Amino acid sequence: MNKKTLAMILSWTLILAVILSGCNNSGSGTSKESGSNASGGDSGGDGKVTLKFMHLWPAGSSAQQNKLVNDIIQQYQTDNPNVTIKQEVLENEQYKNKLKILSASNELPDVGVTWAAGFLEPYVKGNLFAPLDDLLKGDLGEKFIAGTTEAYAVDSKTYALPIELNISPIYYNKAIFEKYNLQTAATYDEFLNVVKTLTDNGEVPIALGNKDRWTGSLWYMYLANRVGGDALEKAINGSGKFDDPALTQAAAEVQKLVHMNAFNKGFNGLSNDEGKSEFMNEKAAMYLMGTWELPNFTTNPDIPQEFKDKVGFFKFPTIDGGKGDINSWVGGPGVGLFAAQNSKVKDEAQKFIQYFVEKWGESSVTEAGVIPATKVDTAAVQLPQLYIDLLNELNQASSLTLFADVQMKPAAAQAHLDMIQALFGKAVTPEDFVKNHQAAIDKGN
Amino acid sequence: MDKVMSNRLVAALYVLPALLLLLVLVYIPIVLTGYYGLMQWDGIGAMTFIGLDNYTRLLQDSTFWQSANHTFLLALFSALSLIGYLMIALVLSGKIKGANFFRKIYLIPMLLSSVAIAQLWLKIYHPSNGVLNSFLEAIGFSNPPAWLAEPSLVLYALFVPILWQYAGFYILIYYAALKNIPESLIEAARIDGANPWQIAFRIKLPLITEVIKVTVVLAVVGSLKYFDLIYVMTDGGPNGSSEVMASYMYRQAFRSFDFGYGSAVGFFLLLICLVVTWLLRKATASKDTIQYS
Repeated sequence: MNKKTLAMILSWTLILAVILSGCNNSGSGTSKESGSNASGGDSGGDGKVTLKFMHLWPAGSSAQQNKLVNDIIQQYQTDNPNVTIKQEVLENEQYKNKLKILSASNELPDVGVTWAAGFLEPYVKGNLFAPLDDLLKGDLGEKFIAGTTEAYAVDSKTYALPIELNISPIYYNKAIFEKYNLQTAATYDEFLNVVKTLTDNGEVPIALGNKDRWTGSLWYMYLANRVGGDALEKAINGSGKFDDPALTQAAAEVQKLVHMNAFNKGFNGLSNDEGKSEFMNEKAAMYLMGTWELPNFTTNPDIPQEFKDKVGFFKFPTIDGGKGDINSWVGGPGVGLFAAQNSKVKDEAQKFIQYFVEKWGESSVTEAGVIPATKVDTAAVQLPQLYIDLLNELNQASSLTLFADVQMKPAAAQAHLDMIQALFGKAVTPEDFVKNHQAAIDKGN
Repeated sequence: MDKVMSNRLVAALYVLPALLLLLVLVYIPIVLTGYYGLMQWDGIGAMTFIGLDNYTRLLQDSTFWQSANHTFLLALFSALSLIGYLMIALVLSGKIKGANFFRKIYLIPMLLSSVAIAQLWLKIYHPSNGVLNSFLEAIGFSNPPAWLAEPSLVLYALFVPILWQYAGFYILIYYAALKNIPESLIEAARIDGANPWQIAFRIKLPLITEVIKVTVVLAVVGSLKYFDLIYVMTDGGPNGSSEVMASYMYRQAFRSFDFGYGSAVGFFLLLICLVVTWLLRKATASKDTIQYS
C-alpha cells in the first residue's frame, strides 16, 4: 500500500515535471552559444554545413506543401553540395509548443517557421530571431506584395519573411443558393435575409467550428470592421479603446446571428475541421474561412468534382451606415521564415531563406495551392478560376486586417479567444465582452 | 551475497543510478517548478522575482477555483464509480457463464489510447450526426442537446468516457483480488449456511479492503491530475466549463506564455495531491489487517 501510493505520487510528479521542465537553463545557454558563434561563423564557404529546418507541413495533413518543401530542399542541396538540410516536421499546435520549449533553452533550429506580429514579438524581445533586412535590400524586397513584410517587423527591423498571404471570403454552396433562389449578399441586410430564408427552410446557413475559437473571431473581426472601420485595430494597438460603440455593436450582431440559428448546431463544441465538414458535406450553405482552404475547393483530388463546381465565394457584405469598405479583408500574411540569432551558420541560413522564398513564390500556387506573399503573375500560370478571382480580389484589396489573435500578445490573444467563445455561447453580454477585452489589453501593455 | 550487501560502498553504488535518475527527472524539476512559480517569466526573456505574487493571484483566480471544482467533482465521480466496478467484479468472479468473455470486453477501453477514445466519443457526441443524438431522435426526442457545447452538460458528458476508459483497469484489479481469496473460506461459509449476499459482503469484501483502499487513492489522485481526454475533446471549453486544474496549468504556461504562473499552478496542484493522498491514507488507516488464515 505504502509503496504503491508513493509510486503513484512519484509517477504523476514525473508527468508534471516533464510538462514543465522544458524551461531549463535559458540564462546559461545564451552565453555559451554566443561564444561558439565566432568560431562557427565562417563555415558558409568551403566546409560541410548542416542546416536545421523546422516546419509545420507534415506529409500526412499537408501533403502538397510537404512535397514542395522537399523539392525545394532537394534542389538547394544539388545547387549547394556542401549543404545538408535536416528537416524536423511537426503539426501546427505541436510546432508552437516545441518552438516555445526550444527557445526557452535557446536551441532554436537555424531556420524555422513563425507567425507575425504578436506571436513574433516575444521571440524578438528575447533576442532569438536574427533581423533579415539585408535580404530585403536586393531584388527580393520588390517581389513581396506591399505591406506583407511589415507584419514581421519590430522596431522597424524585419525578423521573418512571409511565404503565405491569405484573405478570408465567405464560400458558399451555389446549389443550395439556387434551390432557394438566393443571390450572394452585398449588404448585411441582404445577408440576414439569406440566413433567414435558409433557416426557414430547415437548412443550416453557416458552418462554424468554434471550439478552436479563432474561427468565431473571423466573424467578429469582419463585423467590427464593417461597422467601425479600423476601430478594432486601434483598440488592439492602444491608439483607441474598446469602448468604441462600434465594437459593442459588432458583438451584439454576432449574438443576433446566434439567435437566428445562423450557425450549425453545437458549434462551440466542434473543431474547425468538424465545422468545415458540415460545409463539405453540403449540410451548411456558407463557410467563412481563409484562402488556405482553396485546394479543397479546386485541386485536391480527394474531393469530388461535383462539389468543387458548386463552391463560389463572396465578400463579407457591408453594413448600412458602417465605416467599413467591401474591399477591406480580414487576412494578411500567414507564416514566415526566421533565422535563429544564435545559429552557427547564420549566413547560410539567410541564403537558404532567400532561396526558399523565391522558389516558393514561383511554384506554391500551382504546386500546393497556397497563395504566396510574393507577387504572382496570373497570366503566366494555369490556375483554377476560383484562384484567379481571389488573386484579383487581393490585388484590389483596400486594406488587410491581420487576424486579431495574431495581432495581440499571447495573453491578450487568449483572453480574446475565450471571450469570443463566450460571446457565441451567449455567456457574456456585448458590454462585458468589450470591457474584458480592454482589461486584457491594458494588462498586456 | 550477504557479505557484498553489507559493504556500504557497494550498496550505495547499486542505489546510485536509480537515485540519480529520480533526482534528475523528478525531484530537481519539482524544485525548479517551485522556483519558476516565484518568478514572472514568459518562458523566453528574463525572469523577474516576484515572491509569492503568483500564489496570491492563484488564490484569487476564480477561473482556477472553477477548474479546481471540476477536478474535485471528477475525483468524486471516479471514487463513486468504484462501487459499480466492484459490483461487476463480484459478479464476474462468481462462477457465471461467459465471465471470461465479459472480463475481456470491459478491459478493451484500457487498450485504446486516450486520443483514440477521445476521437471515438467526439463522433458519438456529434450534435447533428452523432450516434447518441441520432438514437435520441429516433426514440422521439425532437431536439437533443449538443453535448460538448452546452456549458451545463459538457463536464458530465466528459465524465462518461473518462470513467469508461478506466473501468476495465479497476475491474481487473478487483477481479484479481477476489480470485485470490482461498476457495476454502467460501466453501466453509457455504457449509455454515451463508447465502451469496453474505459471502460477498461479509467475507469477500472485508478480505480485499486493502486493495479497495489502493484503488480509491489511485482513482482520486488520477482524477486530480487528469488532462488528456479533456484536452483533446473540448480543450477546456466552452468558456472554461470543462477546464480542470491540469488543463488550466497547460493553458497558462503554453497558451498564454505565462510560465511563472503556470509553474505556480503546477506546484499548487502537487501540494493538493500530496495533501489529498495524506488525508485519504489517514482516513482509511486501520490497525487490524484482516488475514486469510
